[in-house]
Amino acid sequence: MKHKKDFPIFESQKGLVYLDSASTSQKPKQVIKSIVDSYETTNANIHRGIYDLSQKATKKYEDSKKIIAKFIKASEKEIIFTRSTTESINFLAYTLPSILSKEKDEIVLTEMEHHSNIVPWQQLAKRNNMRLKFIRVKDDFTLDLEDAKRKINEKTAIVSLMHVSNTFGTINPVKWIFNLAKKHNSITVLDAAQSVAHMKIDVRDLNCDFLTFSGHKIYAPMGIGVLYGRRDLLERLSPFNFGGDMIKSVTLEKSEWNTIPERFEAGTQNIEGAIALGEAIRYLEKIGITKIGKWEKDLIDYAAKELIKVKGIKIYLPRNHTGILSFNVEGLHSHDVASMLDDYNICIRAGHHCNMPLMKRFGITGTARASFALYNTKEDADKLILAINEVTRKLNNSSKRDQIKEIVRKVK
Amino acid sequence: MKHNDLNIGMYKEDIMELYKNPENFGEIENATHKHTEYNSFCGDEVTITLLVEKDKVKDAKFSGSGCVISTVSSTLLTSKLRGMKISEVKRLTKNDMLKLFKVKINPARIKCVLLPLEAVRGTLK
Repeated sequence: MKHKKDFPIFESQKGLVYLDSASTSQKPKQVIKSIVDSYETTNANIHRGIYDLSQKATKKYEDSKKIIAKFIKASEKEIIFTRSTTESINFLAYTLPSILSKEKDEIVLTEMEHHSNIVPWQQLAKRNNMRLKFIRVKDDFTLDLEDAKRKINEKTAIVSLMHVSNTFGTINPVKWIFNLAKKHNSITVLDAAQSVAHMKIDVRDLNCDFLTFSGHKIYAPMGIGVLYGRRDLLERLSPFNFGGDMIKSVTLEKSEWNTIPERFEAGTQNIEGAIALGEAIRYLEKIGITKIGKWEKDLIDYAAKELIKVKGIKIYLPRNHTGILSFNVEGLHSHDVASMLDDYNICIRAGHHCNMPLMKRFGITGTARASFALYNTKEDADKLILAINEVTRKLNNSSKRDQIKEIVRKVK
Repeated sequence: MKHNDLNIGMYKEDIMELYKNPENFGEIENATHKHTEYNSFCGDEVTITLLVEKDKVKDAKFSGSGCVISTVSSTLLTSKLRGMKISEVKRLTKNDMLKLFKVKINPARIKCVLLPLEAVRGTLK
């Protein structure tokens, strides 16, 4: 694929090898142009202007919802704009309790969750006297489905898990797990932050009650996220934020809520971000999401095949994976690896990846993580491989004792 | 092939040598002062032991596990401590630590440089 040219960052930052798209993706000029267009041609507040400009802005905002809904096979009434995946999960942790039945008091997560899919539920459990259970992760970086069978039962109120691991790139068998959850009438929540840019998603096929992702990981701006909710469930949920635009009527004594999804979008929204997210998806779909996923996977498999040849490299790659290649260099902290790669203008993420329990599970302090997007090329992979070879050579060069004594002496 | 000014030299040869063969590594058996400091963000851990006699550091060692920068920082700091008065040790600053390296440290890694100093401060609490 030849889409690097669509991303102005690679024009301004010559030689940049960006392998941190799982953290945040770069933005194509189509998306950047959309933001500029919003401010230059249709900037007005939505839903309340009588005048034409406001209606133009409203239409673009609503059109974006239609694009997003179609993208995940939902209806536009089921799409709520949030700030991010994190905010969406917090939204659910605060609003779901009102529709849970009393005899269900367990929340099932997995050991591989991002902190953002652990901490809000921990707080909910504390507030409502519920219990958390975690599906175990096996040594091959996949979920233990036998353990899932044990942990998901009639007491399970909510099952929330990530579609793709942000540390190992594992693609989780979501459909299987959610089918199991549905047998016990549990609410299913999917964190699609690491999958949505790499594979087709169909919320009905996966049996998701709720699904969330962040715009900035899918070539859209930061500060815009999506929460999908099944229509009948959204109808039953109370609002999360209260204020303007989410009401039908207000008196000094009480208020009536707006219909969905507006009921959940209080206050002025990130309008240009919402519109740009629609544009990002349009861009993605033009290229083809399946094609993008395959391109990235081929690059990862190629890089993994080459890196495994380097002495002292440990690779953490599950069989069924996407987007991410995690590894460690024996004898080096992952932060050192990332700093050393920075010398070669290669951007990777290192450390615990907001997965501290998962790191503990594998007895490591972190990993070096290279993540791939549609703009990455074989040349990027080759530069990574070359740099890792040089890093390990640097580490394994013979020592010079006298030289060390001299450095230490000079400290005095 | 190098581009990033901030990082140039952070992993130069002598620093890598010091990492592979740290000086002053271990624990002083008859230490008068001991403290362990952690960086939970990255999992680094450094224990400093001091032998203080007549208000002077007679010996200083470090142990634990850490990245290149914190390990080298520990070696350089323990070397510097030997012979220093406690009052002088207490006055050591972030800048003193950065000066030990003689290369520019990327802001993202300054915490690693300071970890052994935090441990030393812990021994004196």
